[in-house]
Amino acid sequence: MDARDDIYEYSLDTHHSEEAGQKMRKKFYFVLALLSVVTIIEVAMGMIWSRDESMKEILKYSFIILTLFKAGYITMVFMHLGDEKKSFQTVVLAPYFILIGYLIFICLSEALYVGEFRPAVENYFGL
Amino acid sequence: MSGHVSQTAASTHSDHTADPWGGGTSPYKISYGKMMMWFFLVSDAFTFSGLLTAYGFMRHKYEDIWPTAGDVFTHFPMYDGHIELAYVAFMTFVLIASSVTMVLAVEAGHRMKKKSVQFWMVLTIVGGAIFVGSQAWEWYHFIHGTEHGAYLLEDGVTVMRHKIDPHTHVLEKDVFLVPVNREGSLTEFSGFREVSGNEAAVMKSKATHIKGATLKHNEYGIPLFADFFFFITGFHGFHVFSGVCINFIIFLMVVEGKFERTGHYEMVEKVGLYWHFVDLVWVFVFTFFYLL
Repeated sequence: MDARDDIYEYSLDTHHSEEAGQKMRKKFYFVLALLSVVTIIEVAMGMIWSRDESMKEILKYSFIILTLFKAGYITMVFMHLGDEKKSFQTVVLAPYFILIGYLIFICLSEALYVGEFRPAVENYFGL
Repeated sequence: MSGHVSQTAASTHSDHTADPWGGGTSPYKISYGKMMMWFFLVSDAFTFSGLLTAYGFMRHKYEDIWPTAGDVFTHFPMYDGHIELAYVAFMTFVLIASSVTMVLAVEAGHRMKKKSVQFWMVLTIVGGAIFVGSQAWEWYHFIHGTEHGAYLLEDGVTVMRHKIDPHTHVLEKDVFLVPVNREGSLTEFSGFREVSGNEAAVMKSKATHIKGATLKHNEYGIPLFADFFFFITGFHGFHVFSGVCINFIIFLMVVEGKFERTGHYEMVEKVGLYWHFVDLVWVFVFTFFYLL
């Protein structure tokens, strides 16, 4: 196949040797073990403390942190985003975090407000 | 993966111009298909985030009467008792494992090992199928509900549940829990109140007996819980299902030897990105639906 000069082909850039592959496979198995352990820890925490009111807040934030930890490993290692150029990582992640960060902030703070006055509002309208 | 740039590929574009934005080269050093897959995934991530944020909104609004997932998802195949969340944990493990087999298929593709790619792709497809099947099983139990059911009160919205001890799972006879959301309190969440005796009998006589969950009513409490559950896990399950289908198509292309002829297995990498994304979404659904 002749190379076309109007298309720039990067598909071959990711080819690698046997040794490099071995190193990568090791990393994948390590991440699998790590993610499984984190999931087991999460479920165990839920089983032990989910009905304990005093642990509620701690549990909530530790679940969110552990989830972001898992998500980071999936995107950076499994999806190879960590191997892409920094500028591309920014293109993918920055719009997401800016827009969704705002959405989460505005929706959850509104929800708490609406929830706080829900009984009074429903009472007023006779719902 | 840097440091293994193919000599032929590198020489065709890297010395074109010194300025990465000056044309003649991709500033991101990434192929068109892969970049577009990333952009699609970002847009899909927006959709899922929107759904999960909407769920978060309603959950915070009805914080005091939202059902505990640990009370709802207690089934485990071939076991009669209650094990909270064990089956979902298993499903999560299956999906993460299938993500690993996918990434191993991609890695084998980078070494042009056709046999290896085939092997790992088959395992990925099997893992995905197990996950979709498990989800169907989970829906079945959620739709059918518990043996004793619950009572939908006159207003057609409020659900009166049996009082069940969360630790022993023993049902207290003729004692019920009703959400208190009409007392006009401004600052205090009101939660549930216990109803028993004559009062319960009167309420029960005017109520409809319901079992399980649909989009309209939900044995486990507020119907919104069921609505969001069906919609979000359904949307995710549909992604897994289409992922399995696309994986199967790419697998046939691998077997047929298409990518040996093209000279690279980038197609496997692209479907891999989609597959990992499905796993990524599940990690969030698992946390917000089942754990919290």
